[in-house]
Amino acid sequence: MILFKNAAYLGKTVDLLITENAEENTKMGFSFAEDDFHKHYQNYGSNYGKQGGRIVELKENITAPENCTVIDMAGKVLFPSLIDVHVHFRDPGMEWKEDINTGLEAALHGGYSHVFCMANTSPVNDNAGIVRYMLEKARNTHPHGPFLHPVAAATLGLKGEALTPLGEMAEAGCTVVSNDGVPLTSTEIVRRVMEYGSDLDMLFVDHCEDPFLARGAHMNEGKLSAKLGVKGQPDIGEALQVGRDIMLSEYLQIPVHICHVSCRKSLDLIRRAKERGVDVTAETCPHYLLLDENAIDNYNTNAKVNPPLRVWDDVLAMREGVKSGLIDCLITDHAPHSAQEKENPLDMVPNGISGLDTALTLLWKLVGEGVLTQEDIVRAYTVNPGKRFKVPYNSFAKGDVADFFFFDPSFEWVVNKENFHSKSANTPFLGQTLKGRVCTHYLGGKKVF
Amino acid sequence: MAIQKWRHKDLLDVSYLSNEEILLILDNAKRFQEVNLRAVKKVPTLKGKTVTLFFSEPSTRTRLSFDTAAKRLSADTFALGKAGSSVQKGESLKDTALTLQAMHPDIIVIRDSSSGAAQFLAERLDCSIVNGGDGWHAHPTQALLDAFSLREAWKGEFAGKTLLILGDINHSRVARSNINWLTRFGVKVRICSPKTLLPRYLDDFPVEVYSDLHKAVQGVDAVMCLRLQLERQAAGLLPDLGDYSRRYCLTHKHLQDAKPGAKILHPGPMNRGLEISDEIADCADSLVLNQVSAGVATRMAVLYLYGTRNDGITLNPQVGE
Repeated sequence: MILFKNAAYLGKTVDLLITENAEENTKMGFSFAEDDFHKHYQNYGSNYGKQGGRIVELKENITAPENCTVIDMAGKVLFPSLIDVHVHFRDPGMEWKEDINTGLEAALHGGYSHVFCMANTSPVNDNAGIVRYMLEKARNTHPHGPFLHPVAAATLGLKGEALTPLGEMAEAGCTVVSNDGVPLTSTEIVRRVMEYGSDLDMLFVDHCEDPFLARGAHMNEGKLSAKLGVKGQPDIGEALQVGRDIMLSEYLQIPVHICHVSCRKSLDLIRRAKERGVDVTAETCPHYLLLDENAIDNYNTNAKVNPPLRVWDDVLAMREGVKSGLIDCLITDHAPHSAQEKENPLDMVPNGISGLDTALTLLWKLVGEGVLTQEDIVRAYTVNPGKRFKVPYNSFAKGDVADFFFFDPSFEWVVNKENFHSKSANTPFLGQTLKGRVCTHYLGGKKVF
Repeated sequence: MAIQKWRHKDLLDVSYLSNEEILLILDNAKRFQEVNLRAVKKVPTLKGKTVTLFFSEPSTRTRLSFDTAAKRLSADTFALGKAGSSVQKGESLKDTALTLQAMHPDIIVIRDSSSGAAQFLAERLDCSIVNGGDGWHAHPTQALLDAFSLREAWKGEFAGKTLLILGDINHSRVARSNINWLTRFGVKVRICSPKTLLPRYLDDFPVEVYSDLHKAVQGVDAVMCLRLQLERQAAGLLPDLGDYSRRYCLTHKHLQDAKPGAKILHPGPMNRGLEISDEIADCADSLVLNQVSAGVATRMAVLYLYGTRNDGITLNPQVGE
């Protein structure tokens, strides 16, 4: 067993006691249901399940039991490991941007236990072969986690035409289906994906963007796009498809999860849907909580992202959304691109921000500013995604999986390529000095760094 | 007049220039205008300097105008287009730019279809970058030559005048650059366009917006017609060109409601019968050809100021004879 002393958690100083192995688990009387997750992850040969460490207790002043390692964590902040339900690891096919190894390294050092990888790889993840490739590579590079979850493409080649073989992909380990960044134009196809996927208990996750209103756009449509002479996309381009998905979900009685919400108009629709009991959840990213469209002024390609950074009123709406719980999950939408791909005129560069290295630090900045609390982060970045996406998460209750990390809030670092574990440092925060970083991470009671 | 040192490395847009600096360019252009009327139209001002014309988007008059301007200042010019350059072979703008820089030009004039392309080069290269038009964003030398033409036509009086910009505002770098300096010089600017060719958010443009041309021309001192890109119709922004010209082609009938002697401008090339009628294009108050002559003189002034930084060492252009 290990006893961590004097860490800060939700504003209190606490001690944390965990088990490390099966013997200790048995002694503690922990039981292990062979649930779906364990079925998949026995493949990992990890220290999860019976073998893995569990939470014994979290409270003030725990006395160390016999034969227990004691580690003093004074000055550090304790977090349950984060669960990111929306990342892009570019593997297979675009490994110069990121690969499964470096993506998982960034996740490991960013404080994550689970990441869900979108299907826009090359080839697209639209069959069980690709799923198996991704899982095998993740198992080989990171046998003790973080755990990679391939998200099944909704349509073959993400072309929006024919459904993918979701049955074989579910069998291979997919629990989530999405057409990722290629918005589905046919509402009929969306309906069939939701129906077919729900039979397999797969959650439908949707990137909402009207493909006509948003066509050829490189930023938000607003005052700045008018000034810069750049084609923008209006916020209603997002909200229209949010509305569509909500209506389908309500009609079909099938849950839906809305990707990276960026604007107040989408949030208003989600609020009303939740109020009348529609099974809809939603996510957003740190950059939508911190930046508005002005970040892209002077043609800053590192701030080009889809959906685009909106206006300050939307930033305020997103903050309220996270506080109120209207936004269920925090994510990065980790979208690495090489520096040379981003070093071009704005209309030539791909969308995306590399986020796994900075997400928690940026959220912690919002805690410092009184915008969020640590509780908000734990709820939206561990508990809610754990429940909605059905992966084991740690709420520090007795018997929970011992996935947690310590965050050093006083550690100062500069956002640059050298300090990134991701292959790509395409971020609008590039060059900034930020405070706070993960210093030690445990997965299944095992120290992974 | 005391020599005013030129503080800018690049000309990205007129918005970066003070009103005094714009007037200094126009004063210099006036002197070069006289050079252009001489039998020997050449001064040694930029002798030994190199001006590279890097035009990746089609252009006849701007490129020819810059080329003429540079040669009349005795600079050596080299032109590079998209066709036949390594841009077509997939080389990035950055690499092409660095390659050009390695040949040590003093000024690169860039025309590119991407908004921000000139700034992109300016941030990376040591030589002066002159924006010859970037996407929908800016076309500073067009704005300056329009300023020159209007200054002549209006005898130096800008304040209190009203000018209408007619046509595709959203996709127009000419409109953006002109609105900037015109409003700063006290000209009331109106724009007239179907909503499909207007930016949705005009908050930062201090202009009056019209959709009806008859109302828009009431009492104006000048009309600046913009070229309608034919691909706008293909993109579904217009029903058909006939319908557009019915509503927005500037004819004599419209001009009856403008001030007598109202001036007509067009950056060219013109689509006669589409955005401007024959009779107007060729009327006595049309400045279209003056704009072309002004273009050479203005670009000479720009190349002179950016090529010498007005350091006072280089020969005064009037000594060139």
